[in-house]
Amino acid sequence: MIPRRLAKNGIALTGIVIVSLYIIVILVSFFWLPFDPVKIDADHLLEEPSLKTGHIFGTDEFGRDILSRIMKGSLVSLVISLSATTMGALIGVTMGIWAGYLGGRWDNWIMRIADIIFAFPSLLLAIFVMAILGEKTWNVVIAIGIVYIPQFARISRGAILSVKTNEFVRAARSNGASAIFILYRHLLPNILVPIIVQVSLALSVSILLESSLSFLGLGIQPPWPSWGNMLSSARKVMVLAPWTAIYPGFAIVFLVLGFNLLGDGLRDILDPRLKNVG
Amino acid sequence: MSAEGALLEVSGLKVYFPVEKGIIVRKRVGWVRAVDGVDFQVSRGESLGLVGESGCGKSTTAMAVARLEALTAGKVLFEGRDLAALNPTELRRARKDFQLVFQDPWSSLDPRMRVRDIIAEPMQIFARRGELDLDGAAIEARVASLMESCGLSKSFAERYPHEFSGGQRQRVGIARALALGPKLIIADEPVSALDVSIQSQILNLLKDLQRQFNLTFLFIAHDLAVVEYFCDRIAVMYLGRIVEIASSSQLNHMPLHPYTRALLSAVPLPDPAKERSRKRLILKGDVPSPSIERAGCPFRERCSEAMERCAHEAPRLSPPAPGGSGPAGPGHEVSCFLYQGN
Repeated sequence: MIPRRLAKNGIALTGIVIVSLYIIVILVSFFWLPFDPVKIDADHLLEEPSLKTGHIFGTDEFGRDILSRIMKGSLVSLVISLSATTMGALIGVTMGIWAGYLGGRWDNWIMRIADIIFAFPSLLLAIFVMAILGEKTWNVVIAIGIVYIPQFARISRGAILSVKTNEFVRAARSNGASAIFILYRHLLPNILVPIIVQVSLALSVSILLESSLSFLGLGIQPPWPSWGNMLSSARKVMVLAPWTAIYPGFAIVFLVLGFNLLGDGLRDILDPRLKNVG
Repeated sequence: MSAEGALLEVSGLKVYFPVEKGIIVRKRVGWVRAVDGVDFQVSRGESLGLVGESGCGKSTTAMAVARLEALTAGKVLFEGRDLAALNPTELRRARKDFQLVFQDPWSSLDPRMRVRDIIAEPMQIFARRGELDLDGAAIEARVASLMESCGLSKSFAERYPHEFSGGQRQRVGIARALALGPKLIIADEPVSALDVSIQSQILNLLKDLQRQFNLTFLFIAHDLAVVEYFCDRIAVMYLGRIVEIASSSQLNHMPLHPYTRALLSAVPLPDPAKERSRKRLILKGDVPSPSIERAGCPFRERCSEAMERCAHEAPRLSPPAPGGSGPAGPGHEVSCFLYQGN
């Protein structure tokens, strides 16, 4: 049912194609890269994109092949973005639905904790966490995940608050359904839409957050490439060699677009009221 | 009404909601007395209507009887067992025997579930705990027979609620309520949200089902015509209390309480000649806030017949004293000093 509707939904399909392209690139990068992504080549500094030299996306200020670095960095960027969003969504949604469903004192405590996290600007909070945990790839995931927890908690709590007033919740209670049954059978499916929208947003933003952390020297450490630290190093030579920024930037934009399309499509597919639309 | 034949017997029912203030330390500053001492009985196979204007506590009474709202005080005897005293497991098992039909057919069905799953859900919940001996195929068969009883075409089973009209959705809700074979149906304004033309269809369906499945109804409504058509007896509520209870025809032909008289005088008559000469009793003022503690009769400020006694003494629901303003039938009770001796 869902796969068939997925195939019929053009938006979702485009999203899937884009994200699959990145996954293929990652798989290829395990076995083959055009050049060594970390090898410095003093003879080919800031070379223009050209088929003749084999550097089809050009080289950076250390003479490293940009295509190879984008391919190598795609794994890091995708994994960080997926894991951080998953972590934030799992913890945040769990907190939010219980706060919204239980209400009262629970709601107050859970949401005040979320508010405390929310009070810090996201980048500052991520820097803070990185400073405590140290500069490791998995710590980037944790830092970004923590930033996401209150966002997911707030969105799911609000959605639960509005869904739980429906009489079908009362009907389930009058049949002796347990709180957990009502939560997973009735409430969770009805709040999927705002959560999916938030997930597609979070997937995109985490790539940018990872870039910011790498830019500040707290994320992925050179010489290992991530799209973020490629952009930040390109900043110095961008006017001279625009390709150093354009290609990693394009890699980010394209993936963010793919996530957003996928999220929009999924939202339509999962809502039976919109079954015949799109 | 004797207690032997009663399927449901409610006595001294009170539901108060706390009014709280304060952000960090929550302090209770008062109570909203939604239901303030309600007694009634419903016999097997009977339909009792609860009427009153909005905010009078009729829906809260229904929810308290269904044990979806916590009771502040009182007893809800269902087949002689006090539902208020059951532990959670016993209560869950007992729920099989009393089911709800809701007011709003748009919010009472989960938009993400198919009609088949909506109707099957109560059976699945009980079957999963081993409290109902039906396997998947038997549940499926029962869903089909329930849909037929409720006038739903077989082809609707795979559809989602948003594909239906209000009347059809209400039929789905009724089928769900019947799924566990209940004895009592608590219908909370089941037709108020529907078009008038659909209302009669649903009411007739409920009547047919009542005969077919030997159901007892507690029927909440604010439309007197609907209640008169559907119910054997009617209880009129005002500010969390029952002011008058009588058989349907008696209440309509010989209302005693000043509030009931005012309510009935507001019902339009189908005959235009009679309608023109209809004299309306207009009540003055508004319903007082249920959060203020008050002595005396709750209706006294708006009552045209208020006496001195009404201000400091609350009348009790009791049969009118003989020699009052006319003969009252059996089971007719009214809460007003006009009909009570000393």
